[in-house]
Formats: sequence, C-alpha cells, structure tokens
Amino acid sequence: MIKVLQYSFYDLIRSRWSYVYFLFYLVLGFALLFLNNSISKAVITLMNVIVVLTPMIGTIFGIMYYYSSREFTELLLAQPLRRRTIFLGQYLGVALSLTLSLVFGLGLPFAFYGLGQSAEMGNFALLLLSGAFLTFIFVALAFIIGLRNDNRIKGFSYAILIWLLLAVIYDGIFLISLIIFEDYPLDKFTLIATMFNPIDLSRILILLKLDISALLGYTGAIFQKFFGTQTGLFTSLGVLIVWTLVPVYFIVRLARKKDF
Amino acid sequence: MIEIKDLHKKFGRLQVLDGVSLQIADQGIFAILGPNGSGKTTLIKSILGMVIPQKGEIYVNGQPVKGQWEYRRQINYLPQIARFPENISVTELLQMIKNLRSQPANDAELIELFGLQGHLHKKLGNLSGGTKQKVNIVLAFMFDSPIFILDEPTTGLDPVSLLRLKDLLRKEKEAGKTILITTHIMDFVETMADEIVFLLEGNIYFKGTLDELKKKSNQQDLEHAIANILAENS
Ligand SMILES: Nc1ncnc2c1ncn2[C@@H]1O[C@H](COP(=O)(O)OP(=O)(O)OP(=O)(O)O)[C@@H](O)[C@H]1O
Ligand SMILES: [Mg+2]
Repeated sequence: MIKVLQYSFYDLIRSRWSYVYFLFYLVLGFALLFLNNSISKAVITLMNVIVVLTPMIGTIFGIMYYYSSREFTELLLAQPLRRRTIFLGQYLGVALSLTLSLVFGLGLPFAFYGLGQSAEMGNFALLLLSGAFLTFIFVALAFIIGLRNDNRIKGFSYAILIWLLLAVIYDGIFLISLIIFEDYPLDKFTLIATMFNPIDLSRILILLKLDISALLGYTGAIFQKFFGTQTGLFTSLGVLIVWTLVPVYFIVRLARKKDF
Repeated sequence: MIEIKDLHKKFGRLQVLDGVSLQIADQGIFAILGPNGSGKTTLIKSILGMVIPQKGEIYVNGQPVKGQWEYRRQINYLPQIARFPENISVTELLQMIKNLRSQPANDAELIELFGLQGHLHKKLGNLSGGTKQKVNIVLAFMFDSPIFILDEPTTGLDPVSLLRLKDLLRKEKEAGKTILITTHIMDFVETMADEIVFLLEGNIYFKGTLDELKKKSNQQDLEHAIANILAENS
C-alpha cells in the first residue's frame, strides 16, 4: 500500500493544484493575521473558512483525482496487488497531500507570527486537526461517489451536491426545524442532528475549545450544557473518527465488487 | 493451467457469459475468438479478477482466484486498450511497474527490439497509438511469468513490429509458457495458434485445433470457417 500511496502522493505533489491550494492557504493565513492583527481573532475567522472550505476542496479534489487516475488504477488492478491496497493507497495519497497543503499553508504564516509563544497554540492545532478530519472524510465520500458512478458528469454533480447538502442545506433545514418545533424540547434532536454532519460537528468542536460556544449559537450551547468542554471534545473527536472510518470501509467494500 | 467452471457474468441485464467452462493446458498459444461483444475481454478480465463474475469458479495453477491477488504475479497481461496515466514518461511508467512487482525485468531488451529508445522520455499522452501499443507489449513481456494473457496484441502495430511480436510469442511458447490471445486477425491465428476457443452468445461454441474447426465447418480457410459459423447462427 505504501508504494501505491507514494505514487499517488508524488503525482499530486508534483501537480499544479497542490501548489495552488498551498499558496491559497498561505495567502489566507497572512491576510487574516494582517487584518485581525491578533492570533486569537484570526483563529476564529479561520474556523469559519476551514469548516466550509476543506470539505469543498476535499470533495472536488477527491472526485477529480479518482477519475483522472482511472488509467493508473486499471494498470494496478492487473498487478499482484489487493484491491484494498490500490484504493486505500490512492485515497491516503490524496487526503495526505491535501492535509499537508493545509497544515503547511496555514502553519507557516502563524508560526511566522509567533504562534509558538501565544496561548492559541492548542486552538490552532485543533483547527488544523478538524481541517484534516474534514479533508479525510470528504475525500472518502468523493471516492465512494466515484466508485459508484462511472459517468464523470454525474459523479461531479453528486460530489458538489453532497458538499452543498452538508455545508449549507443541512444547516438551513436544521434551523427551520428548530423554528417550526420551537415549542418542543429539542436538545436531544439538536445533538443528534449535529452528529450526523461532520461539518457542524467540527464547528462545535472548535467552538467548545475556544470556549465561546455559548455566544455563538444554539447548538454549541446545548453541547456545552450536556457534555461540558472536556467530554464534548472527546465525543466529537470520536464521532469524527467514526465519520472517517465508515466511508473508508465503504470504499473497500465497493472496490471489492466493482468491474473494471 | 487455467480452469474455468460454469462462469456467469451479467452487466446489468446483459448476459455476457452464460456458463462458460474451459480448461487451458500448460504450454501453447490459445486463441480466443468470437465476434465483437461476445465476451472475450470479459472472460479475460474475469481470470485477472478485474471483472467479478456472478457465478462460477476460476483456478489458476490449481488455486481458486476469487478474492486472491498473489496469483497475478504469475500472469503477464496486455489490455485491449492501452490506457496509461498521461502525464508520466515511458521510463517512469516502466520504473513504477517494476518497483511495484519487484521482480527482475528484461525491459531494456524489449525496448531495443521495438525501437522505443527515442520515446523513453516522452509523456505517454503524447505517443502515437502504435507506439503506445509497443509500450503495452513491453509491459506485458518484461516479466518472466508462466502465463500470458494478451487482449488483441496486434492492434496498431506496423508489419515489422508484428513480426517481432510473433517471434517473441514463439520464444515464450518454446520456453513452456501458456499464452492466451484474443484477436480478429485470422492470419495471425492460422500461423500462431495451437488451439482455438470460439465464443458465441455467452458460450463456447467450439474448442479445438484449427484443422478440427475447418473440418467442422467444411471450409478451407479460417476466415470462411468463422463466417460460416456466424451465418449459421444468425
Ligand atoms: N464494465 C462493463 N459494464 C457494462 N457492460 C460491459 C462492461 N464491459 C463489457 N460490457 C459489455 O459486455 C459485452 C462483451 O464485452 P467484451 O468487451 O467482453 O467483448 P469482446 O468479445 O472483448 O469484444 P471485442 O471483440 O469488441 O473486443 C459487450 O456488449 C459490452 O458492451
Ligand atoms: Mg475485447
């Protein structure tokens, strides 16, 4: 698997898009620091960008890579390799290279700005961690869509749709249902609804850590009340891990049965 | 030896293989023939585990292949359509496959045989169709495996390269290899094949030698024999 991973990884690292992504975060990091003039404020702004953007990049990149490496895949399938090895290797190659762009793209400006000495170190690390989780989750979802759809146009549409659904529409429906059912006790519903969306979950995770959740919306307040910061942190991390492993399991399953 | 038992494969509603059973002995060139869409590629890909059949068993050298992967070390495969990652060079591709297989390879010799020296640093996306096919051949012949599965290896080759390919095949056959070939070039079959398997409508219509086929269809040459079979069955 390491060899397949290596090839996918180098293939991507050499491609223009990794640099674009890296430079984008580099510029974003410097711009936010410059505009906010404080690391802690920049971290909050950054959170809002990261929870929406990493899933989008993950999905689009994931599906693009899946389709463009079709030839590579077919070549590998005839070699003495497990299917699991081939697809997990490619998946990890994409997810890792995207994560590295994120970590270095944002890490450099913040390190430059004196992150090491500031109290925000933990928060910033958590931010990158959730960005990494979201990348791994959405690249996996994109691979599932790719495995299920040989038609690229369809695949791309579904990929964008799933991002839109989880990043935008889900929140909308969620808010509407809160308004419609405002007479009912909805704490449990809120909690569960959050668990089913990794984007919301990451947002909560970071807010809990920043300890400003009560100020920033209903869901966060509920979460804090129920779990307290420490338990909430681990619960959400645990759920994010499940959110990563389940799609990866489906990649392996779908890959096992597919005809090439 | 390759053994196929009662193989069924459907794509959606299309039944491509409908209970194919076949034994392919060691050593020799076996031509799989049949009209377009008769399931030759599907059969080959099932042996390689690239297509997953709904029913039936396949054994390669006595081992069932279902869910297995190590057995592919014993197979050299040439796909019908040479599809390569476009943005890497010929050398990088060869290097990559050698690295993945970690087996000794005689690619240098083959590169020279097919005159590919001048193309080694070109990106695969920029190669002509025939040159791509030569790369395909180098990939398929560079390892010393007991089984060769070649899906229309002659496509796009010029006459000189075709002769080289035939020489290669004879050499491998003499070395005791089992060679499975699909092709639509009857001339190639007549000069090269030891045995013919004719696929028709999801089943094996005929299996035997060239002479047996000619006798069965009362024809002098293979082209007419096949045309006869197809006319009778349409
Ligand atoms: N992955 C697939 N999905 C759906 N249908 C497929 C798939 N692969 C093959 N088929 C269909 O199965 C049938 C047999 O195809 P196959 O490629 O095995 O034929 P073939 O005998 O190799 O033909 P040719 O001589 O043209 O190479 C065709 O009708 C083809 O459209
Ligand atoms: Mg074919």
